[in-house]
Amino acid sequence: MTELPIRLLETFLMTMRDVAPIVAILFGFQYLVIRKHLPNLKKVLIGFFYVLVGLTLFLVGLEEALFPVGKTMAQQLTAPDFIGVDLSLGKFDWTHFMWVYIFAAAIGFATTVAEPSLIAVSLKAEEISGGALKARGLRIAVAVGVAVGVGLGAYRIVSGTPLPFYIMVGYGIVIVQTFFSSKMIIPLAYDSGGVTTSTVTVPVVAALGLGLASTIPGRNPLLDGFGLIAFASLFPVMSVLGYAMIGEHIARYRAKKVTKKKSKDLHETASSWKRKRRQGGQT
Amino acid sequence: MRFGKLMLESFRDLLPIILVIAFFQLVVLQQPFPNLDKILIGLVFVVLGLTFFIQGLETGLFPIGEAMAYAFARKGSLSALLAFAFFLGFGTTAAEPALIAVADEAATVAAEGLFIPNTKEAKADYAMELRLVVALSVGAALVLGVFRILKGWPIHYFIISGYLVVVGLTSFANPAFVGIAYDSGGVTTSTITVPLVTALGVGLAHSIKGRNPMIDGFGLIAFASLTPMIFVLCFSMIR
Repeated sequence: MTELPIRLLETFLMTMRDVAPIVAILFGFQYLVIRKHLPNLKKVLIGFFYVLVGLTLFLVGLEEALFPVGKTMAQQLTAPDFIGVDLSLGKFDWTHFMWVYIFAAAIGFATTVAEPSLIAVSLKAEEISGGALKARGLRIAVAVGVAVGVGLGAYRIVSGTPLPFYIMVGYGIVIVQTFFSSKMIIPLAYDSGGVTTSTVTVPVVAALGLGLASTIPGRNPLLDGFGLIAFASLFPVMSVLGYAMIGEHIARYRAKKVTKKKSKDLHETASSWKRKRRQGGQT
Repeated sequence: MRFGKLMLESFRDLLPIILVIAFFQLVVLQQPFPNLDKILIGLVFVVLGLTFFIQGLETGLFPIGEAMAYAFARKGSLSALLAFAFFLGFGTTAAEPALIAVADEAATVAAEGLFIPNTKEAKADYAMELRLVVALSVGAALVLGVFRILKGWPIHYFIISGYLVVVGLTSFANPAFVGIAYDSGGVTTSTITVPLVTALGVGLAHSIKGRNPMIDGFGLIAFASLTPMIFVLCFSMIR
């Protein structure tokens, strides 16, 4: 317990070191190139301080509470005793690892929902779309994508199938989806691949990959342990594009229903909806 | 009052992790929690931390990102803006802790595969070079991405061509490095970089006439997670 304040201080200093180059670049350009005083400088500085304090508490809390349990869990679930099969005989198939896939998907989902950078992007998206796109809905769509990605990635490590194959099929699906998607959602969907994997997700998911690759005979942890993060950044692109498509279908279906009930109101509803959307896109 | 509401929301965000961990620990593995008090204190920290972070996001990171985007747009100097984009990408990535970890592992892979001598110095050199390569790639990505916003070009042409390049390079690359290269795309964008870069893109799209923030403002992160794959695959072939 006594070491907790020391840990906090250490993490705070480390976070400061990580943030220092960013602050130097921001203020360097602000004062040397733009040469203007920042509006609300005091507020921005307080904001930076909040970010530092927030990240520090967040990281220390994760180290204290979640990472040890999460990592031990990843090891225990992939350990031969738990799976109950003598792996060294080479007689196992992928179905013996059911709990691993379920854990992979569940933890992928749960850590993504708490990922701070995803929260940031989804808040911005809600603001810009004028509320047409809900931050929570977007985050759940991304989290579902990560869940599928990490679950499938775990299966890939167990089955030993080549990584590029999955990634290429994934790219193919994304390309096809892109051509059927609204222009509004495409950039955001592509972005959501990159924001999912940071502070919370990477350590737990990486532990899972390494645990799996070192348990299964014939897998090299150095080679086969990789790839889970790649899966976790590819599948959200699909799920966000899919989420937007489903949303559009529901909107269209609702509009049709209105026709049946009161055909008179349809024109008004649709045009006001469109107007809202247009305004949402512009403001 | 507002802080309390934010805290409640942060708790709601963390609830899934708590449920998943508790379910697997108690039901699947059927073990009690070790050091429950430590875990509870840690959770309080995480909730507080997330709350502070989001507060700081709205008062600090988003406003400065957007203010600088507006200032650059008003100044009208393309080279200054592109230089800023490059340094922001390069500077934030070179020091990224997740990347440092991945680069060290990559060096171990290279040493085991006898691509480099299995000595401490050779591995450290290799890891450092890899980090610089990835940081360069993120800097280049932001330059390209900002240029795209200015021009209003559709993003999917860039990303799809990027995918094709990745697929093409994969077939020539040594399989030992493919996993690392693919993962390097996901680890570059950190918790502080993402809000700044997003605010920069959205701010630029706002301040340029005829650009829609939704269509043109987003997408910088997508560039920043694609180029590292390409650069790392190339690096593994040249080195």
